[in-house]
Amino acid sequence: MNLTILILILPLISFLILGVWGKWLKPAQAGLLGTISLALVTLLSYYTAWQYFTMPRTPEGTFETLMPYNFTWLAFTETLHFDMGILLDPISVMMLVVISTVSLMVHIYSLGYMHGEKGFQRYYAFLSLFTMSMLGLVVATNIFQMYLFWELVGVSSYLLIGFYYTKPAAVAASKKAFIVTRFADLGFLVGILFYGFYAGTFTFSPTQTALVAGGAAMLPLALGLMFIGGAGKSAMFPLHIWLPDAMEGPTPVSALIHAATMVVAGVYLVARMFPLFIAYAPETLEIIGWVGAFTAFFAAAIACVQTDIKRVLAFSTISQIGFMIVALGVCTGSDPHEGGLGYMASMFHLFTHAMFKALLFLGAGSIIHAVHSNEMKDMGGLRKYMPVTHITFLIACLAIAGIPPFSGFFSKDEILAASFAYSPVMGWVMTGIAALTAFYMFRLYFGIFWGKEVEVHGSHKPHESKLPMTFPLMFLAAVTCVAGFIPFGEFISSNGQAYHIHLDLTVAVTSVVIAVIAIVLATLIYMRPAQPVADKLAKNLAGLHSAASNRFYVDEIYQFVTHKIIFRYISTPIAWFDRHVIDGFFNFLAWGTNATSNSIRNLQSGQIQQYALVFLLGALALILILLLTF
Amino acid sequence: MEYYLIVSAIMFFAGIYGFFVRRNTLAILISIELILNATDINFAVFNRFLFPNGLEGHFFALFSIAISAAETAVAIAIMINIYRNIRSIQVRNLNEMKW
Amino acid sequence: MGLTLETILFFVLAAFITVFSILTVVTTRIVRSATYLLFVLLATAGIYFMLGYTFLGSVQIMVYAGGIVVLYVFSILLTSGEGDKAEKLKRSKFLAGLGASVAGGMIILFITLTHQFGPTSTPAPVEVSIKSIGYALMSGDKYGYILPFEAVSILLLACIIGGLLIARKR
Repeated sequence: MNLTILILILPLISFLILGVWGKWLKPAQAGLLGTISLALVTLLSYYTAWQYFTMPRTPEGTFETLMPYNFTWLAFTETLHFDMGILLDPISVMMLVVISTVSLMVHIYSLGYMHGEKGFQRYYAFLSLFTMSMLGLVVATNIFQMYLFWELVGVSSYLLIGFYYTKPAAVAASKKAFIVTRFADLGFLVGILFYGFYAGTFTFSPTQTALVAGGAAMLPLALGLMFIGGAGKSAMFPLHIWLPDAMEGPTPVSALIHAATMVVAGVYLVARMFPLFIAYAPETLEIIGWVGAFTAFFAAAIACVQTDIKRVLAFSTISQIGFMIVALGVCTGSDPHEGGLGYMASMFHLFTHAMFKALLFLGAGSIIHAVHSNEMKDMGGLRKYMPVTHITFLIACLAIAGIPPFSGFFSKDEILAASFAYSPVMGWVMTGIAALTAFYMFRLYFGIFWGKEVEVHGSHKPHESKLPMTFPLMFLAAVTCVAGFIPFGEFISSNGQAYHIHLDLTVAVTSVVIAVIAIVLATLIYMRPAQPVADKLAKNLAGLHSAASNRFYVDEIYQFVTHKIIFRYISTPIAWFDRHVIDGFFNFLAWGTNATSNSIRNLQSGQIQQYALVFLLGALALILILLLTF
Repeated sequence: MEYYLIVSAIMFFAGIYGFFVRRNTLAILISIELILNATDINFAVFNRFLFPNGLEGHFFALFSIAISAAETAVAIAIMINIYRNIRSIQVRNLNEMKW
Repeated sequence: MGLTLETILFFVLAAFITVFSILTVVTTRIVRSATYLLFVLLATAGIYFMLGYTFLGSVQIMVYAGGIVVLYVFSILLTSGEGDKAEKLKRSKFLAGLGASVAGGMIILFITLTHQFGPTSTPAPVEVSIKSIGYALMSGDKYGYILPFEAVSILLLACIIGGLLIARKR
């Protein structure tokens, strides 16, 4: 257990070495260094997980929460202090496994994808930084440490999205991501401060709170504010605007950050504070659930009409995170049998989604590498040329649609079961969104791999990618196939005790049937080269279609509010005040000093007679003073 | 006794006026001689009228004469050196230090 | 006091000093300024004689009138000669100098004339004998001036050497 500190230190060292000396390393060496350090981290994570989950359970039947390292950094009172340490409990160990696995796959993949790019060493340095930040976030012992690593994650994301810094679109996207998440983090920080004040502690467990009087009534507000921060990072509506733009970064970055790890930080935050939510703020949890549901629907609707494959996947991610948030939001108690099922379902879906979404993105990267374009209109009929990519992509699409025996089916099924247990309305809404998911994913699949071939680059036919790129695809596909059969509830559940997952047949059958109907619909519409039905639908529902293509104009609304209202009426007067009054005051001081010094400069003329004159006048003045006062 | 003091005061302030007004450095030195002389008269007068039994003022004036002679000599040596360097002894040309 | 010879002599000398000291600082030609200085110094020596300090007056004539004025004349002739009719005096400088000195004069005269100096004695001027001067100058007791004497002699030595060094031909 004491080796867990290496999990954080190894990527940090790798970042420092690659960052400082990267310029003098050859790209191959840099890539090897990053990948090897991450392979060690992955092995350590697996070892930690194995050790943790094979330890005997506590008398209550839960896994013991371990803190191999925890030292007090800054103490305010007995109970209120900033700590830095490593916390091992079921969800953090699971996250360690997920993050390190996906990160390792991305590292290996990038050896092929980023081959020959300028700034290769810088890329690997930033990847290491990101991995370290995310790992630190999940093992945080208290909310303050989590916030610290949260910001580090945001910075790494900014650096990676803006990797192609000569492209204005990439620079704008990285700024947007950073500003939106930073803005959300303002709510997070206020929430932390509220929480620290009213609960008297920064830790996560309800048993350690030292509530001040009336504190319990303010905790829902504090937790809600903290969720706002999580909503920013997890791209919930209306803070989702940065994620589609963040696709300007390299595709492996999208796979790592915007599919599997960073965007689930918000989900992880809610899961981490789940006991607090259940104990103090169950209504907030309900609100969170509905926010997640709306986001899931909103994003799925937009994804149906996007033509850039990475944008489709981005909106799909937003939608699936909505699912995870909904699963947490519908929890009403901490017993998995009565209302606490959603916790386990959310974590399970997090695990499986990380795997197949990373697979989807890496596959998309492989396709983009082959056709040198992101748009679906430049693709078609690729199944003849890229068999490995084709099969793995298909596996991932089936998983996300919720078809057994792939892992997505199991995790999504649990979410739907939890939703139905909460309320039938929520259950049917989520099922509908699941159907939409299947629909647009297969629209994407058919658009890429079937349909008319496009002549790109004249005689240059697309070809399958090299081994560094295909190996991660195959590995993740294998995981997607078997992960569904992991008895997840044995390890992670809302009260820590082993929960045996049993399949609710009504829910399962309903969801599979609806998913299959959606797939068949997509096949009928999109499989052939000519798509008359799609075109007719687009023409008849033109308004809806264009609105969805423009992402329902949320970006334009933001632009309008900031430019026309905030900038014009608030920022401009403040800027005027700053420039003229505050700067003017200091300019006046400087002018005054200058004028004064100019006026007395002539006292030092070098002319002896003037000096003597002043001397005499001074002496006479002194004499006069003495004369008049005595 | 006051009449002596008036005389010496007139001489003193004539010297001061000359110090302020004259452009030739040697003329300034001459004005300084006037000032010094005025003070010598003062000392001698005070000694004679207020303390007739002692000789302090007398000796002070004596030494003052000696010292002013020495100082004049050195000042004139400096002026000659300046004249050799800048060919002018106008005091308005002597306003910059060495740099 | 009555119109004794002494007072007449005093007024003559006083007028002499006043007129010539003012002329010293007003005239534009510098050689004339040196000449007027000579007259002022001679008149000062006259005052010393009147006060009974014959030794002091003699020293005044020898050193000041005889040595220093000669030195001035030499240096004037060495540096600029008489071709020193520079441009007209600036108004501001003249007024400043005049104002400062007149103001100063007024203040000092006011102080001097209103101050009570205590009982003044006007005995007949007794000439101070050279013997007592010599004793005082060379003795080391309470009213002896041996220390300043030696100090002044060292000062003179330093000034000689300094003057030579400064003004030597390179």
